[in-house]
Formats: sequence, C-alpha cells, structure tokens
Amino acid sequence: MSKQSDTAASAEPFTTVIGLEVHVQLLTQTKLFCGCSTKFGAPPNTQVCPTCLGLPGSLPVMNRRAFELAVRAALALNCQIAGFTKWDRKNYFYPDLPKGYQISQYDLPFSSDGWLEVVDPKGAFSRKVGIIRVHLEEDAGKSMHDEAAGTGDTRIDLNRAGTPLCEIVSQPDLRSPQEARAWLNELKLLLVYLGVSDCNMQEGSLRVDANVNLHIPLASEGRVAKTPIVEIKNMNSFRSVERALTYEAARQWEEWQATKVEMGKMPKQTRGWDDPAGITRPQRQKEESSDYRYFPEPDLVPVTVSEADVAAAKAAMGTPPTVLRTELESRWAISAYDADVLVNQGRDLVDYFEDLARRVGEGKVASNWMQQDVLRTLNERGGTIAEFPVRPEHVADIIGRVQKGDFDTSRGREIFAEVLSSSKAVADVVAAMGIAAVSDDDLVALCRELIEANPKIVADVKGGKEQAAAGLIGQAKKKNPNANPGKVRQMCLDLIKGM
Amino acid sequence: MALTRQDVAKVGLLARLALSGDDVDRMTGELSKIVGFVSQLEELDTADVAPLAHPLDSQNVFRADEPTPSLSTAAALQSSPRHDDSCFLVPAVLGETGAA
Repeated sequence: MSKQSDTAASAEPFTTVIGLEVHVQLLTQTKLFCGCSTKFGAPPNTQVCPTCLGLPGSLPVMNRRAFELAVRAALALNCQIAGFTKWDRKNYFYPDLPKGYQISQYDLPFSSDGWLEVVDPKGAFSRKVGIIRVHLEEDAGKSMHDEAAGTGDTRIDLNRAGTPLCEIVSQPDLRSPQEARAWLNELKLLLVYLGVSDCNMQEGSLRVDANVNLHIPLASEGRVAKTPIVEIKNMNSFRSVERALTYEAARQWEEWQATKVEMGKMPKQTRGWDDPAGITRPQRQKEESSDYRYFPEPDLVPVTVSEADVAAAKAAMGTPPTVLRTELESRWAISAYDADVLVNQGRDLVDYFEDLARRVGEGKVASNWMQQDVLRTLNERGGTIAEFPVRPEHVADIIGRVQKGDFDTSRGREIFAEVLSSSKAVADVVAAMGIAAVSDDDLVALCRELIEANPKIVADVKGGKEQAAAGLIGQAKKKNPNANPGKVRQMCLDLIKGM
Repeated sequence: MALTRQDVAKVGLLARLALSGDDVDRMTGELSKIVGFVSQLEELDTADVAPLAHPLDSQNVFRADEPTPSLSTAAALQSSPRHDDSCFLVPAVLGETGAA
C-alpha cells in the first residue's frame, strides 16, 4: 500500500521489508471474560477467579466495554467491521495458560482491511501501512523463573490471564527501522488519544513483534531475491524495535551474501532481541498454525454488529491525532511542524496549548512559548502537563505584559522560570524582581545618558549607519534590565536625529 | 477414513500424551472408527447450508465492565499440586512461551 517506490532514498543494495504485530491491552476495569480486576501491580494471584483460572464448570461472558474499545481501535485504523464475528480456541500447552487454550479469533475476526499512515514531520518519509486484521483475544498469565534462587521451579502468576488484548497485524509495508519506530509512535498516540489503551510498555500494555526480511534485486537474473522471514520477539521499547530491526537487516544481508538461502528454503525463524548485547538470537521454531487446532469456542456465542452500531461507535470515537493536527493548523494558524510537535505530546498538552492560545488570542506566540518554555522545562523536570505548576493563565499573563511593552521576551522567560521555581503569582514575581514598567521619562533619561557616553556611535548613526545603535541597546540592558530594547532603540534614534 | 500411526503419534504429542507403541496401534484403529463414524456427515449435501458458528440460536451476550470479587489467593492455589504463598509452582520453564 506504500505510495513510494521501494528503493527510493535507499543507499543499500536491498529493501528492508517489515510487518508488525502489536498487542495492546484495552482500558477496561475488568478482564475479558470475568469480573476480575485488570489493575497493574497487584500481588500475584489476587485477581483470579474460577473463570480465568480455567476451573471446570466456569463459563466466560464477554466484556461489553472491551468489545466497544476494540471496535473503536479498528475504526481508528480504518478497518472494515465484520457484521458477524466469533471466537475460537487456540490450543497449546504452557503453564501460564490455565485452560490449555487461548480464546482468540481465527477465521472471522471482528475487523480487517484497514490502514494507518505515518508522515515524518521533517519530510523524510510518509508511509500508508495496511492493517491486515484487528482481533480481540485474552492474554496469558506470567511465568517467573528465578535462576538465582536455584529452586528449579517456575512460579506462575495468573493475574494477567484473561486480560483483554487487541491484536493488530500490519501488512509488510514498512521499509526501514526508522519508519517502523515512527509508525509505532503514531499507533500508540492514536490509541492513547482515543482512550483505547494506555499503551504503557513497561506494564506490558503494549507489546510488539516484528517480521522482517530483505528484497534484493538481482539485476543479472532480472528478478528480486527474498531472504527468509524472521520474526523478532522480546523488544521492550520502540527504540529496541528500531535497533533490533537495524541489526536484523544487517545480519540477514551478511547471511545472504554467505549462503544465498532464499525464502521458502527454510521455515520461518523466530529470534529474540537481546537488548544489552544488541543482537538477535535464534529461538525455538514456531509451531505450524494448524498445530494450534483452532476450533470455534462453544462457550461464547457470536457477536453481530449492525451499520448503526458502527455509526454510533464512530460518533463516540473522539478526535484522532491526524485530524487534530489539521484542526490546530487552521484554527491557530500555526505550521504543520508546530501542530505535530504539540499533538505528539498528547491530548492534555494540546488542551493546555489551546487554553493558552485562546487567552493570548494568537496561536503562533502561544505555540512558541509552549515549545521553548513549557515543553522544554517540562522535559527537564519530568512529570505530566497536568501537574505542571505554571498554568496557561500564568503564561498568558506574562505574554500579555510582553505584548504591552512592560518588558521583552527574554525578560519574560526569566519571569516564567521564577514563577515556576517560586510558585508565586506573575504580578508578585514582577514586583519582587524589581520589574516595574519603565516610564517614558526614565527611558528618555537613560537614552540621553547613553548618547552622551557614546559619541562614536552617535556619529555613526548620524552618518547613516542606524545599525550602530545596537551598541546602545546592549548598554541599556546592563544599566536597566527592564528597559524594552525596541523602545530604547527607537528613542535613541529619535533623540540622535533631533540633535 | 483411515488414520495412520503417524497421525495418531502426532495427535498424542500435541495432547502431551505418553503413548506406547501398543497404545498407538490400538488407538489408530479406535480413532479411525470414530472419525469414520463422524465422516458419515460428508454424505449430506451442504452446498446451500451456511456454516454454523454456534449451535445456540443466541447472539450478543455481554456483561458490564464492573468488577466482581476475586478468589482469595489461598483458595485460588488450594487445588494445585504445588504452590508457595502466592504462586503456582511448576517445573522450570525456560525459553519462550507459545503465547501470541
């Protein structure tokens, strides 16, 4: 589905072909098939019941909210919603899977055939990535093996078992590790904006596996060779995804040069990313799909979705980031780049910006202050915008005083920093810092003093070099840091001309 | 429909059953009979019959996303062969899960 030619802007003798499989935990209170809490961090096996433990006689009942959130995710990814969907058992044995099967979706997923586009704000790439399918399934539990304890036992915590997950499978449309990372950022932003998931990778709310191989044009043979597809697992950050894909592409290129083994000549390989070592290592061969012996889940009845249901879900979806970027651009007359920076920080920061912009009555100034002051200090001190002590009304107050000519922008920045560190009101800081508006009389006196002390500059200006007046402004700031440089310059020029 | 010994051995492996050679021989015959019995269904013409996802004539059964009490940890663990204060214990599992 990519709009670009595969080899454009590539200096390498091959094209890297990447597809991603993403699991996100849906933002529900309870599990997919029972009323146990999904809250993260509870002591082991305190959020379990007969259903999620797979005890005999228990029956699953679908969480309505989970299904609604899954549909919202699929709609946001431009998927078709199936009118009829069912669940299936995926059979395999593992200690963290208490029933001996996972309830998932096989041949009739609730949605398919979507796309999500990622546009690099600096114009390096734009990529429309197809979505093969989105389906709703339950998570497994957690295995903990403490090798240091040397007990030889694996401990099983089933709090996570039965947690609702959306599985999102992309087409192999990505063409570089950088694109893959950017696309994941866009996907995460979208799902967080729409309240589908918190996408917190540390807490396991978002997991990514990547499929990658190389397409190598063989000019002499007039065909393109493809290396065997490798699935990479164990990547616990988007940065790891980018690094693992970069490593794996280089590894496959070396292997290809040594062996010339092509896709189909060996089974699909699974490799795990070793982050500290910065390499992928082979893992056990994946079982063939048929070995999972999927069959329809008899304990759950099918779900039908009408066109009216889809329309209602669309109406309740909220504004996705792509739309919000365009809205901010037109509403506040800011650049696409500025809108991108703001939107990528999340909904709360956009709300902060729009509050500020409304108060200031001008988007560009508000956007500059957001990026140069609010965002920079927020990144330095950490925390969220909601906790940030300088509120939009404070920033608007400072900007208003700058616009009135009470002081210049750089002095305004100092006031911003002081308001941040002292938690005082802007007016109090202005007073405490001795910043009173400099009266015109003060300004005239200051300028006269400067002119008297700088005959050479005066001569230069009279000789037609108005830019020489810059020397006076620097001195003015030293004598009175509150003097507005623009006013000083104009007044000095006026006085010199009148001499 | 006749199953081969290889079919039965594979099914046994997937089901984690330790089948002896005699078991495989016996079950190859027994399972073939069962599959043969079910395969009588193939005599029916189902060209105009929609695939059936579920035998009940019921759809869209949901529950509200509201927490209900969980079991106590002790109750959750009590029937397991081995456990410690908070977790089920199983023989060491190393490497990857089959989870998707």
